[in-house]
Amino acid sequence: MTALVAKDIVAGYVPDLPILKSVSLTAETARVTVIIGPNGAGKSTLIKAIAGLVPVSSGTVSLHGQKITNPRPDRMGALGVAYVPQSDNIFRSLTIRQNLDLVLRNAGKEAAARRDALFAQFPALADKQAEKAGALSGGQRQFLAVAMALAINPSVILMDEPSAGLSPKAAQEVLEYTRALTENGVTILLVEQNVKQALRLADQCYILADGRNQVDGAAQDLLNDPVVGQIYLGGKRVAPA
Amino acid sequence: MIQNLVDGVLVGSILSLGAIGLTMAMHMLRFANFSHAELLSIGAYAALVFDGLFGAIHPALAEAIPPLSLTWSLSIAILISMALTGVSAVLIDRLVFKRVRAKGGELSMVFASFGVAMIIRNILGLIFGLSPKLYSQDIVFAIVVSRDPFLLIKPDQVFTLVAALLIMVILHVILSRTTFGYALRAVAENPSLAQVSGINLSRMIVLIWLIGGGLAAAAGVFYGLTNQINPVLGRDLVLPIFAATIVGGIGSIYGAVLGGFIVGLASNLALVILPSGYSPAVPFLIILAVLIVRPHGLFGEERT
Amino acid sequence: MIGVISYLVFFATVASILSIAVLGLNLQWGNTGLFNGGVVAFFGAGAYGTLILGGTPQAGQMGGFELPYLIALLGGMVISGIVAWVVGLLTLRLRHDYLAIATFGVAVAFETVMRNSDWLGGAQGIRGFERPLRDALGNGFSYNLAFLAFVLVVLIGIYLFLERLIASPFGRLLRAIREDETAARSLGKSPSRIRLTAFVAGSVIMGLAGGLYATFYAFISPQDVLPILTFQIWAMLIVGGAGNNKGAVMGTFLIWAAWTASGWALSRFAPMDVQLYTGSIQFVLIGLVIVGMLMWRPQGLFPEKLVVSQSAKDK
Ligand SMILES: Nc1ncnc2c1ncn2[C@@H]1O[C@H](COP(=O)(O)OP(=O)(O)OP(=O)(O)O)[C@@H](O)[C@H]1O
Ligand SMILES: [Mg+2]
Repeated sequence: MTALVAKDIVAGYVPDLPILKSVSLTAETARVTVIIGPNGAGKSTLIKAIAGLVPVSSGTVSLHGQKITNPRPDRMGALGVAYVPQSDNIFRSLTIRQNLDLVLRNAGKEAAARRDALFAQFPALADKQAEKAGALSGGQRQFLAVAMALAINPSVILMDEPSAGLSPKAAQEVLEYTRALTENGVTILLVEQNVKQALRLADQCYILADGRNQVDGAAQDLLNDPVVGQIYLGGKRVAPA
Repeated sequence: MIQNLVDGVLVGSILSLGAIGLTMAMHMLRFANFSHAELLSIGAYAALVFDGLFGAIHPALAEAIPPLSLTWSLSIAILISMALTGVSAVLIDRLVFKRVRAKGGELSMVFASFGVAMIIRNILGLIFGLSPKLYSQDIVFAIVVSRDPFLLIKPDQVFTLVAALLIMVILHVILSRTTFGYALRAVAENPSLAQVSGINLSRMIVLIWLIGGGLAAAAGVFYGLTNQINPVLGRDLVLPIFAATIVGGIGSIYGAVLGGFIVGLASNLALVILPSGYSPAVPFLIILAVLIVRPHGLFGEERT
Repeated sequence: MIGVISYLVFFATVASILSIAVLGLNLQWGNTGLFNGGVVAFFGAGAYGTLILGGTPQAGQMGGFELPYLIALLGGMVISGIVAWVVGLLTLRLRHDYLAIATFGVAVAFETVMRNSDWLGGAQGIRGFERPLRDALGNGFSYNLAFLAFVLVVLIGIYLFLERLIASPFGRLLRAIREDETAARSLGKSPSRIRLTAFVAGSVIMGLAGGLYATFYAFISPQDVLPILTFQIWAMLIVGGAGNNKGAVMGTFLIWAAWTASGWALSRFAPMDVQLYTGSIQFVLIGLVIVGMLMWRPQGLFPEKLVVSQSAKDK
């Protein structure tokens, strides 16, 4: 089953200057689909275009078979799609608890129970719930961002480099947690710079460069593909074409 | 000196109320709104109209609440004026700022806000006349609190200060205890993350104008109650209110509150050494001082 | 007949002087995107500076240095420039609203200080200025005609100067900064330095206009530097079309004609009891002009020819 399909997306920040020139991708239900590519390839832009933060000028996005191209970003949660941005993904001036209450504010009576459930899942956050989120360490911040995404019980989570800037250990933890989410039927669309790590835990992989699809296939195959290995896994960053 | 301090706190509370709305709108819509102070005028005159109306409907309402000069009718009129001014602020945004926003850059909005200020100020002058008005013709004597140092306080001033502080406390509770308050702060910190967290930005903008307008109306009435109402009230207060937002840091609500008090106090204390004619220039000096010492204000964050 | 002509000379002189100020604003706003909320302060600094430097000594007043006229005029411009430099230095690296607020504040402070400082003329204003060459030209129509000629020469000079400036690499840089600050910075230029230069230059031109204005009336007082003048000058630029010098001059004549005509019509035809409100009505009108133009014709009546700067094209 496919959860999310993006087809021939053209999108950009200013009119007539497309950053995504034509990108297509499919995310299967309860699988991890990873997007990799050099800096400036348009990975974040693609995620933002799906989330409704960057206008799509042509192409379509569909969710569970329904077209949702250019959605209002504040309605994505109601559609069951959560988005964890690459940076600034928590409200630093609010406490941890307030961050969660904020995303839970339309959950009505259930809100308190769901918040407690999240705290049970992330005990480190529970311990610091009255502290300003800005005071959290990098790893805890990512977990808070993930917790905020989970708060709305999403069927799809868009994650933009959740491991960026974390220690290898924290990065591993976040990624493993992400993988584990699929066991509950959640679909993950993930952007990652830690290419090897990402390919190991992903099911499907898309490589973007210069706003276009370059290579795609099962993550296992790409991991073993010598050409891909040389270009993308050699530890070198490749400048966009 | 003590008198200046007390007066400064009073004026400060009024400026704070005005500055809260200004700082929120300035931060969200990213433009210096020179017409914000006109909302104080709108509020002051709206309350004047409704005060008269209620007083005419029922004479008992026109009675002052001792020891204040404030009447029952004016107390109700304040609430109505707050609502009406909030709605006016939303309407002005719809009619003018929203369209200019769609057409041009942020700076066009600043121009437009000057134009809006001119229009409102002078239309108020045309409707209500250029001469000052008072809510009450009754003379309420100031109470001599102390003779040495000499200190005079009017009951209305005490009421104004208490009411302004109460409004700020209510606002604080909303900001720190309700999810609506979290949403407001979230939008101020990071609008696009706020959106993906399910917050409807355009609805928030409407709410910010409503709140800002309501607070401005209260400030306008309090100013009228302790001074007088005239059409150039906005012109006289626009710079001090801007100074308050800059002192506090643009976007910081608590900064605006503190900034209001600082500007109020500084302006009144300056009168100890400066002839009173110079007082309109004091907010400018404060702005300069902040820009030199701490350009982003007490609580502001750097943004470009 | 001679009355009409002499009025036209008077009108053209004031409009030409204001055109110079509008050209200064155009350099700041139209070409560089700098918002000046206190045009009157820079205009006023030039006016006061010129009269104080070039005037005769008066009891209780500073100045009366009796400097040669052109030096006094230049001195007024320098004073404007210094005020602009200080304000610009403090605000130009911050968000643009700070410049708007600070310049607005300068104008308020300027008026307040002039009104309250007796040694600067106080509310009475500065007197005791002899118009240059009065002995040779007399005080009547011929003088005014000669002065108009002088103002026109200055206007044309400033116009040509600005046109060349805008066509120069510096002018392209200004537009590049206006359109895309990041791109300009990536060219290795320091946008705040360049902005400061443009801001000071524009203010000096406003100071020149102020100096000419004060010379024309041989008098300046706080009544001449009210905020309304800032609005009028903006309206002239916005109506003319920001970015375009020819439009700026045309906008000035148009708005100044509309302003004087509406004032005349109101004072002539409005009933007695409305007379008091003439100012208010005119202010509403000018507010409507500003808001209306921004809403419906932000490019002005005579818009800038679209010159897409190189940096914007390359992006
Ligand atoms: N807000 C923006 N406005 C204009 N252009 C932008 C904006 N954000 C990104 N871009 C441009 O879009 C292009 C793609 O950026 P994007 O952030 O999508 O890259 P990315 O693949 O996520 O890179 P990274 O690995 O660095 O996160 C870049 O050239 C960038 O300069
Ligand atoms: Mg990215």
